[in-house]
Amino acid sequence: MIEALTLSEIPASAEALRPAVRAFLDEALAGRPADRLARSWMGFDADFSRALAAQGWVGMTLPARFGGGGKDAFHRFVLAEELLARGAPVSAHWIADRQSGPLILKYGTDALKDFFLPKIVKADVFFCIGMSEPQSGSDLAGLRTRATQVADGWRLNGQKLWTTNAHKAHYMIALVRTSGAPEDRHKGLSQVIADLSLPGITIRTIGDLTGDAHFNEVFFDDVLLPADAIVGAEGEGWAQVTAELAFERSGPERIYGSLVLFDAWLEYLRTLPVPSPADVALAGRLFAHLLPLREMSLALTAKLARGDSPVIEAALVKDLGTEFEQAIPNLLADALNADPAAQKPEMLLRTLAYVLQVCPTFSLRGGTREILRGVIARGLGLR
Amino acid sequence: MDLIFTESLDRLLAAHCTSAVVREVERTHVADALWAEIEASGFLDALVDESAGGAGMGLRGGFELFLLCGRHAVPVPLVQTLWLRAVLARTGVAAPPGRLTLAPQRNVAADASIACQCVPYGLVADWVLVPKEAGAVLLPLAAGERRATGVHNSLQAHCTWKAAPADATDVPVEMAWLQAGALLTAALMAGAMQKVLEATLTYANDRSQFGKPIGRFQAVQQQLAVMAEQVFAARMAAQLGCADAGITVHPLRAAVAKARACEAAEKVVAMAHAVHGAIGVTADFDLQLYTRRLQEWRGDFGSQACWHPRIGAALLAAPQRSTLPFLLDTRLSSPGGREAA
Repeated sequence: MIEALTLSEIPASAEALRPAVRAFLDEALAGRPADRLARSWMGFDADFSRALAAQGWVGMTLPARFGGGGKDAFHRFVLAEELLARGAPVSAHWIADRQSGPLILKYGTDALKDFFLPKIVKADVFFCIGMSEPQSGSDLAGLRTRATQVADGWRLNGQKLWTTNAHKAHYMIALVRTSGAPEDRHKGLSQVIADLSLPGITIRTIGDLTGDAHFNEVFFDDVLLPADAIVGAEGEGWAQVTAELAFERSGPERIYGSLVLFDAWLEYLRTLPVPSPADVALAGRLFAHLLPLREMSLALTAKLARGDSPVIEAALVKDLGTEFEQAIPNLLADALNADPAAQKPEMLLRTLAYVLQVCPTFSLRGGTREILRGVIARGLGLR
Repeated sequence: MDLIFTESLDRLLAAHCTSAVVREVERTHVADALWAEIEASGFLDALVDESAGGAGMGLRGGFELFLLCGRHAVPVPLVQTLWLRAVLARTGVAAPPGRLTLAPQRNVAADASIACQCVPYGLVADWVLVPKEAGAVLLPLAAGERRATGVHNSLQAHCTWKAAPADATDVPVEMAWLQAGALLTAALMAGAMQKVLEATLTYANDRSQFGKPIGRFQAVQQQLAVMAEQVFAARMAAQLGCADAGITVHPLRAAVAKARACEAAEKVVAMAHAVHGAIGVTADFDLQLYTRRLQEWRGDFGSQACWHPRIGAALLAAPQRSTLPFLLDTRLSSPGGREAA
């Protein structure tokens, strides 16, 4: 049985960060339209990321000796929820900040740490994560991209697919096979860092239904990686990725993904002489979901801060969170069109349309809904 | 301290509030033996301030006790008595002996008679706290009339008093009584839902069909995962409602707790019965002790249809004008201003 999530408090030192973040965002986001803000952690803006870094808000959990803020997970939680609730375009540095940096810190050699961490903290380098492949999506352990040991390092061959931001990132941390065969499943996988400017790498961008392009297919054709390209132990990639997923799945990005839209809708309702009883009730219903969800996400952060790896609880909160994020556009699409004669703000309609189109991905990335529910079921003692 | 209380109440209820006892009380409406055990254990003043001779657990510490009452399907108004005794102590009103419960509403007829419909635990309570325009009044059930609702095994009663009886006790304190009833009910629901989840997991692992435990089928696993999510969310909402060190109920957090518990219970009850199959609805199988209560509690002190509009109105009227700052203030603000522990 999974241990119940319990109320946790953000330490005052971390809470003290909030006013400064809000003041920064008031200025940095001024004038950005809601449909752009709604892209949030899908919104790539290198200048914004560097401006955040200049405040010390990229890699703030990394140790000071690498230029990081040396802060705990609660500081990052406060920063992340303020950024995400406002729809700040954090995509450029998000992967490096949330996953790649902590991964290199935990498993990387001193040389890797010295090389990468100061650059991550300055938002000078951006990362992407190479997981899925054409024949290996949810069944990740069946992946076929392989790094073969050669005299001066590793030779990488294969293909990654659906890699977000590969076309704009400087590095990929890829899960690849370094020993054994696909039948060995979880054994023999490793995480390697690949400089995406190396010869032999071809990146093709894949457009999406909203008109954006963040997915990529990435081909590796005899790409020569240096000997220290492996992060952590050879063959231990699966365990490392699993631990990393607790970070990926537990963040507040699984709650606030549609909040810009929700706030835009509430702002519209506030302009009406009398909002309809159905709309008022819907606003209340969604808030009644958000309040405990945010509390659960905070409880996960408290577990991470204690050094736990709440893999199962993170899956549970992510599934619940993405369901909430998807409910917002779907319920608002219905509510906003209750009266065909009503004149609605164009920006609100455009924002709704974007979130409606993109929201199916909320329960795909970082593990599909069905996979997550399987993880939860195992945690509940089934199978 | 709180942990010791929680563990010993759990032991007491495991020993003296077995499913056989719950069934007996539901059949006879007599709960004297169980109540005597609870009273003797000294739990009744757990929430009362230490300065008034209690354990000073407040809502925050009381939450775990409330959960236990839900998971043991306690057939007496223990949660209500715990909270009301603390309210009375705070107000300077001597608590009458016996079991106290809370009425969801009050109807006064032309002849000054008072009627309260569907009073939770009305059949096994001694006193009912009836809200008034200002404050409330404690009415003795001995001086009134109580009618069973006709719902099989329900402990609710329709209660009436010809006029305010002589030993009616005025409770001159402003409280969000409906919200308090909603919050206490939400906590009971969270406890009962946890129990229902555990029972359903056990059943899914024990029951075999097609040559393997039904809990191995992905369709069943997906449902149980959703059930767990609902139970966790309802528990968190109730805990946040009970986050205050004192006993004053925060109206908005209480509303969220009840609304969320109601939404969760609808799914949890349906899924629990779906997994259990026909045996789940039999009188002899314990599942019904919890699911019947959950269905009743969904209505007590307001459903989603009661609370969602109130929550929405508060959100729309929020001076913060965006959701996250409003949410953080809701979480941190104490009811009716800062309340000392």
